[in-house]
Amino acid sequence: MNSAFGALLKRDLLLAFRNPGDYATPVIFFVVSTTLFSFAAGTDNQLLKAIGPGVIWVAALLASMLSLDGIFRSDFEDGTLEQMLLAPAPMSLLVLAKIITHWISTGLPLVAASPLLGILMNLDSFSIAILAVTIALSTPVFSLIGAFGASLVVTQKKAGVLLSLLTLPLCIPVLIYSVSAVIAAAAELPVTGHISLLCAFLVFSLTVAPFATAGSLRMMSGD
Amino acid sequence: MFLWFHRLSTAKYFFDFASRLSPWLATLAAITIAVGLYLGLLVAPADYQQGEGYRIMFVHVPSAWMSMFIYVFMAVSGAIGLIWRIKLAHLVCTAAATIGASFTLTTLVTGSIWGKPMWGAWWAWDARLTSELILLFLYLGFIALQAAIQDRNKAQQAGAILLLAGVVNIPIIHYSVLWWHTLHQSASVSKFGMPSIHPSMLAPLLLMAVGFMLLFFTILTIRARALILEYEHSSRWVQEIGESH
Repeated sequence: MNSAFGALLKRDLLLAFRNPGDYATPVIFFVVSTTLFSFAAGTDNQLLKAIGPGVIWVAALLASMLSLDGIFRSDFEDGTLEQMLLAPAPMSLLVLAKIITHWISTGLPLVAASPLLGILMNLDSFSIAILAVTIALSTPVFSLIGAFGASLVVTQKKAGVLLSLLTLPLCIPVLIYSVSAVIAAAAELPVTGHISLLCAFLVFSLTVAPFATAGSLRMMSGD
Repeated sequence: MFLWFHRLSTAKYFFDFASRLSPWLATLAAITIAVGLYLGLLVAPADYQQGEGYRIMFVHVPSAWMSMFIYVFMAVSGAIGLIWRIKLAHLVCTAAATIGASFTLTTLVTGSIWGKPMWGAWWAWDARLTSELILLFLYLGFIALQAAIQDRNKAQQAGAILLLAGVVNIPIIHYSVLWWHTLHQSASVSKFGMPSIHPSMLAPLLLMAVGFMLLFFTILTIRARALILEYEHSSRWVQEIGESH
């Protein structure tokens, strides 16, 4: 059971790292789209400081949505998904392995890039640290919710926009608390409450999403 | 009782049942809404603070209630469809979606019209307004998902799963947005004990709510019948209906 989990994790990570496009595209999108805001909103440092957390956060959310479309697609098309469903290992565990891979290949680079964007947006060092923490806590939630959304549209060839429409509303609470945490940090207010809530979201979605995703994959790929 | 439910869940019986039901529902809805509007627009006194402008409440508040009720109704119906594999429950879900979206849109539009003179802005990023907007996105997501998937069974199952996920999320979204910040006047009817609204305004409000509920079921039975005809177009009894008309 665990060996299947490990094997799938290893295989997917290997596949992801052989395809630089998989992990590089979201982080490049993240950096480029944040940079665009300085052109659109002007280069006033105070203004950038005020809108910075929100801008970085929306860019992070959209960047982590980018590659979700394909999370089960290739496995569905070449029949691997059916083998996974037939395998003795629980499907929810295998789904979890795929979600972890997705997070390592797309979420983790965003965490690494976020301090740089914080500096560009003129945030102070404590806010930048909190920004990185919130991105590290929230991108797994996006991967979990997004995998659930992707499982619903797994049979669709091009589902990118539809997938965003399905999953973005469900991500709003995470966005609210993450941005509030960074804004509170910038105002030197306590942030532990926000961080605890983000942890709660993570634990909750980690508990529920793999089962929901496995269930819906089973339904969608059946007859 | 169970037998009756079982028979009702087959397309043909439901079609006949709905055909007999919808004229009654339509008549009752028309009467209730007419009386409710009369009491609300002409009889109820003007508000001491908001003047005559508050009267849009008699459309706005019942639509808001309906927009939430229909989402939960759809989720329950979707769950029934998934658990007991009743096709009709999925069909009812599909039929209800656009009605729910319309009520949500009505709530947003009347809310904007009400907000302009009272708050001085068409739109405020207030908690309840925002939750309602997100609810509209959830409805649109459901409709788009069902429209995108070719295989009807899969479309209905995917829709039902999405509804269940939405229902789990709605309270979380609502309270996050509420905590985020709020400007909206607080609920005046759902409070436990005595509502903080005068009976002369409460009566038309509740009548309108009942009327909108009846209106929803009227449209639902009509839409469900249309969908049954579409889905079962190759079955014999539908073709007989087609021939007799």
